[in-house]
Amino acid sequence: MHAEVIVIGAGIVGAACAHALAQAGRRVLVLDAHIGGATGAGMGHLVVMDDNPAELALSRHSIAQWRALAPRMGEDCAYSACGTLWIAANEDEMAEAERKQQRLHAHGVDSRLLDAPALARAEPALRKGLAGALEVPGDGILYAPNAARWLLAQGGASICVEHAKVDAIEDDGTLQLADGSRRSAPQVVLANGIEATTLCPELPIRPKKGHLLITDRYPGTVHHQLVELGYVTSAHHSDGDSVAFNVQPRPTGQLLIGSSRQFGTTDPAVEAPMLARMLQRAIGYLPGLAELNAVRSWTGLRAATPDGLPLLGKHPWREKLWLAVGHEGLGVTTAPGSAHLLAALMTGAAPGFDAAPYAPRGLPETA
Amino acid sequence: MSVPTLLLQIDGQPVRVKAGSSVAAALRLAGGMGVARTSVTGQPRAPFCGMGVCQECRVLIDGRRRLACQAVCTEGLRVETSE
Repeated sequence: MHAEVIVIGAGIVGAACAHALAQAGRRVLVLDAHIGGATGAGMGHLVVMDDNPAELALSRHSIAQWRALAPRMGEDCAYSACGTLWIAANEDEMAEAERKQQRLHAHGVDSRLLDAPALARAEPALRKGLAGALEVPGDGILYAPNAARWLLAQGGASICVEHAKVDAIEDDGTLQLADGSRRSAPQVVLANGIEATTLCPELPIRPKKGHLLITDRYPGTVHHQLVELGYVTSAHHSDGDSVAFNVQPRPTGQLLIGSSRQFGTTDPAVEAPMLARMLQRAIGYLPGLAELNAVRSWTGLRAATPDGLPLLGKHPWREKLWLAVGHEGLGVTTAPGSAHLLAALMTGAAPGFDAAPYAPRGLPETA
Repeated sequence: MSVPTLLLQIDGQPVRVKAGSSVAAALRLAGGMGVARTSVTGQPRAPFCGMGVCQECRVLIDGRRRLACQAVCTEGLRVETSE
């Protein structure tokens, strides 16, 4: 295949980029090293985030795209329109839920406030004494590894996937592969998450380690994705370890429990003290979890930028290279919107929303 | 001298085992492959690793989800291999 674009990385972001570029009429070669990254390790949540207007725009547009794709996706993509409940533990957090609702409403995102009795009816497994919640019904979850494969398959003959590790990107944009061969195309997209820094050490991306745990099947225990409103304050510090309550009901009936954040480590080992802290947090909201059987726990690395927004656009000095990296914990949510923006920039089309906030930044201007 | 035995129930059927047997062993004694559960795609699953790692031997023991290979049989135990 004579590729017009090479995408490095077949995770959810690379797959979405290949899909969008194929839809724009490009022949795409996807190179994946089979290392496995955040797509396989993460929770697969589709959640509107509104820490800043750019994050809201990207996540809102992306979720609209996921919702449009969902009816065609295979059952193994495990899409579930479960919605999110942002749990308010006290009156301060309930006030934050109200502010959040106003922000979402101003941008056309549907949501509704639940008072304490309504929350208890919606999720009887939650502990008593919570103040309420904000329900965002448009949110959902999916199984990202299969969703990535599905996106690639949609390209038909326009997308070719090759198992290959890229060792280096040469000055003229030619890719040097581990098997000694080379690949070249007029445009190259770097979409391999945390591995991107091995090819481009100048990227302002740091690993942010996370733990997850999944239970045996207990259908009907939880109905929505549950996230504590304190998540916004606990999870978004750029430094220091933190945990937050985040539980999803998977379509299998299993409960997927997160989340933790650690900087300064790339050790993939499950750390019992961090896992214990995360589970204590979860049990604080869902006491019944303590009685359930866990099946597996694992870790993954998020690719975090200093401001929490992905880098989407042309690399400042590397020939032919485009960036779709730094999605941190929101890559599954924002993959379609990221791909839409990048494909528009690469093909000279007008993106459906402003690409400026995600333009590559924090890199040295020259090599 | 006869070996002491225990009587338990697997899916309502009485099964007699030697004292000290694991629930996984009791499943096997009850017949067939010793199926413990059914996967989400409907495949029967049986104890594989026998040491608490593979998680394929999950059963309900007296109403709680447990690993059959890590549970020791006691008199009157009720085991259900539903999911």
